[in-house]
Amino acid sequence: MSLNNEFKPKIVAFCCNWCSYAGADLAGSSRLAYPADVKIIRVPCSCRVNPMFILRAFEKGADGVIMCGCHPGDCHYSTGNYYARRRMTLLFSMLDYLGIERARTRVEWVSAAEGVKFSQTMNEFVEDIRKLGKNVRLEDLRCRN
Amino acid sequence: MQRIGVFVCHCGSNIAGTVDVKRVVEAIRTEPGVIHAEDYPYMCSEAGQQLIAKAIEEHKLTGIVVCSCSPRMHEATFRKAAANAGINSFMVEIANIREHCSWIHKDVEEGTEKAVILARAAIAKLNLDTPLQPGESRVVKRALVIGGGIAGIQSALDIADAGYEVDIVEKTPSIGGRMSQLDKTFPTLDCSACILTPKMVEAAAHEKINIYTYSEVEKVSGFVGDFKVDIRKKARYVDSTKCTGCGLCQEKCPSKKAPSEFNRGLNTRSAIYTPFAQAIPNVPVIDTENCLKFKTGKCGICQKICAAGAVDYEQQDEIITREYGAIVVATGFDTIKLDKYDEYAYSQSKDVVTSLELERIMNAAGPTKGHLERLSDGKAPKNIVFIQCVGSRCSDGRGKSYCSKICCMYTAKHAMLIRDKYPDTNVTVFYIDVRTPGKNFDEFYRRAVEDYHVNYVKGQVGKVMPQPDGSLLVQGVDLIDNKQIKMNADMVVLATAIEPDPSVRNIATMLTASIDTNNFLTESHAKLRPVESPTAGVFLSGVCQGPKDIPETVAQAGAAAVKAIGLLAKDKLTTNPCTAQADILLCNGCSTCANVCPYGAISYENIQINDHGIREERRVAVVNNALCQGCGACTVACPSGAMDLQGFSNRQILAEVDAICR
Ligand SMILES: Cc1cc2nc3c(=O)[nH]c(=O)nc-3n(C[C@H](O)[C@H](O)[C@H](O)COP(=O)(O)OP(=O)(O)OC[C@H]3O[C@@H](n4cnc5c(N)ncnc54)[C@H](O)[C@@H]3O)c2cc1C
Ligand code: SF4
Ligand code: SF4
Ligand code: FES
Repeated sequence: MSLNNEFKPKIVAFCCNWCSYAGADLAGSSRLAYPADVKIIRVPCSCRVNPMFILRAFEKGADGVIMCGCHPGDCHYSTGNYYARRRMTLLFSMLDYLGIERARTRVEWVSAAEGVKFSQTMNEFVEDIRKLGKNVRLEDLRCRN
Repeated sequence: MQRIGVFVCHCGSNIAGTVDVKRVVEAIRTEPGVIHAEDYPYMCSEAGQQLIAKAIEEHKLTGIVVCSCSPRMHEATFRKAAANAGINSFMVEIANIREHCSWIHKDVEEGTEKAVILARAAIAKLNLDTPLQPGESRVVKRALVIGGGIAGIQSALDIADAGYEVDIVEKTPSIGGRMSQLDKTFPTLDCSACILTPKMVEAAAHEKINIYTYSEVEKVSGFVGDFKVDIRKKARYVDSTKCTGCGLCQEKCPSKKAPSEFNRGLNTRSAIYTPFAQAIPNVPVIDTENCLKFKTGKCGICQKICAAGAVDYEQQDEIITREYGAIVVATGFDTIKLDKYDEYAYSQSKDVVTSLELERIMNAAGPTKGHLERLSDGKAPKNIVFIQCVGSRCSDGRGKSYCSKICCMYTAKHAMLIRDKYPDTNVTVFYIDVRTPGKNFDEFYRRAVEDYHVNYVKGQVGKVMPQPDGSLLVQGVDLIDNKQIKMNADMVVLATAIEPDPSVRNIATMLTASIDTNNFLTESHAKLRPVESPTAGVFLSGVCQGPKDIPETVAQAGAAAVKAIGLLAKDKLTTNPCTAQADILLCNGCSTCANVCPYGAISYENIQINDHGIREERRVAVVNNALCQGCGACTVACPSGAMDLQGFSNRQILAEVDAICR
């Protein structure tokens, strides 16, 4: 925990190996900065992301969770991101039901060539989460240490 | 319990500049499982790898975490190092503290804190890693080349010369591509057909090359080494085994009003046609939209006069399925549409043409038999204006953001050829910059200026206005003299931007190869793997990957061929062991997983199960490891949580989430 009072959100970004993770690499090699609050988890495809992973992140105190995959039609496994899109739509409606601000989760399609988009997306997302403030609704205090 | 070693790389100052590596080493020493941690300036170096090997031996490590650059750079390196030191190569995790950390953060405090968290996540994952054994798959010793331009032809020839079979699939009736439409070629002034035709003939005659023209790829399945491809051979309505190529049918065909694609619509062709005289194969096709027999049922002249009896109106499209080990994409380009550039009056005047149209006009086999004349009245133009960068380097969203790369050089070529053949003609070129990086390129351009006195004006043209007398009023600015220019021209040539062939989107989707925002195919690494697509077994050749001229296209085509040959030369490939597996005690055989698997890798078997003492036969999911590509779709679909992915298991990913949120 940083000592100053500035809110440092915890943000988990799931990135598919073939497009978005590579897009993040490109953002890195092009030195396109975004806040250090974002931590990336590599998954083979967006369809590997179980909505449960996202809920678990919130439970563990994440303030925002973003999932990035290849553009529709460009998934390395052809159809993975279509599944992911449907699953996330369902998850979003459930988050609504639970009263979690919709803006705490986001799905974005970022190709391997879109370093600029990756960085912009992360900057925007972090900004949105900072505005929303800490996620208190879903955090399970027993998970805090 | 694992015995984990953590190795933190400085990457010179690339990482150490914004991440305090010593502090990372100290911070992770107490993580569960970690029994050794150290840092080193270059982990990927020979010495760095030796240091890892030594630590593995000394501390009897069961797995390693390397905190370094992206796994897309060096995961393979460290896996190999681990295997050489005697541990399973999948007991390796990489924490990406360069691309995802040091390179994008400036503050050492922030960078270090993040690097520690990324390292913790990798350690948490490694704690749950299990040794994995890659399987083997076969390599079909045949390559597919999609697109028969100079890029495709060159790649095919190189692969075939190495002794492998190659199929070329070309969508138009002949191979040759754009190069067959060009007149002369920079940076020399060779005649395009004279250097291209021998290559086309060589490809057609090569015993290892099979050419499918007027054909398209319809479906692709499989994976590197073992692709299965459906090719649609469109009905030509002419039997290529019988046709002798005499050309009588084209002569006698009464329907001659179809715009000639080859001549960019500047003149017409018959309904039964070969696109150009040197076409390969020299077998015509019938364009059913313009054929009277197909439109009205009457005519049938070509069939009557064909001495070989080759014309067959009943012919149907044919689908053939072939297997390939490697695929080379060489689908090339087209010029952009000019409907958003009305200020240049392209749609209003026949005397405003694109550069590719000018190539046809200058070509002896073109619509004007090679005479430079105005298409409106057939008169010889006295003043010609070239406008550069039409749709290229465009920031207003109407055109392309990139430089089309070839236009500066071909315009210098056009200007020179015109001044050479018609010394009385004045040639003016409006340009933003003249870009001539390339061997003998600047010399070529300077010849146009110094020897041929072509008038180069730095500035842009705002408007071209057709005048009542048939001339064209060109309004522009001269940025060097800082003045407005108004001049009369008889002909205006637009150096039109190029873009990838529109069909490439569909091809990319079928191959799951990625394309960028401009529809150019993306290479695996912009610098180090420029001819490989991120999809294993798919290689990139020619302009489909980015704008280039012929010498560059040929060089890249050769490089793509070498990569394909390297693959075809292998007898077996190792497969990715990160595949799905169902826990047979949890699986209830519901069939949900098989429905989402894109590769048909899941089937069901009835097997004997001992579930806590209860013995029974149950229907359970079985994953075929050779077919599973490890996407993970099934793992999320499985309602009972039985399906999991090795190497990216639920527990592993959750452990990473937990470590990050801690
Ligand atoms: C006006 C002009 C002048 C030029 N002058 C010169 C010059 O003087 N010197 C020079 O070095 N370069 C010149 N160039 C550049 C040159 O044309 C290209 O470098 C070259 O043609 C690139 O070859 P390619 O095989 O990559 O693409 P292409 O020539 O476009 O060939 C691609 C082929 O693939 C086929 N195809 C496309 N999609 C599919 C599909 N889905 N399935 C099957 N087949 C498909 C196409 O029909 C075509 O036959 C010029 C270009 C232009 C526009
Ligand atoms: S991981 Fe993907 S490819 Fe493998 S069985 Fe599951 S759905 Fe099929
Ligand atoms: S979805 Fe799960 S439970 Fe259903 S068959 Fe597949 S592995 Fe078994
Ligand atoms: S591989 Fe990127 S979304 Fe499927």
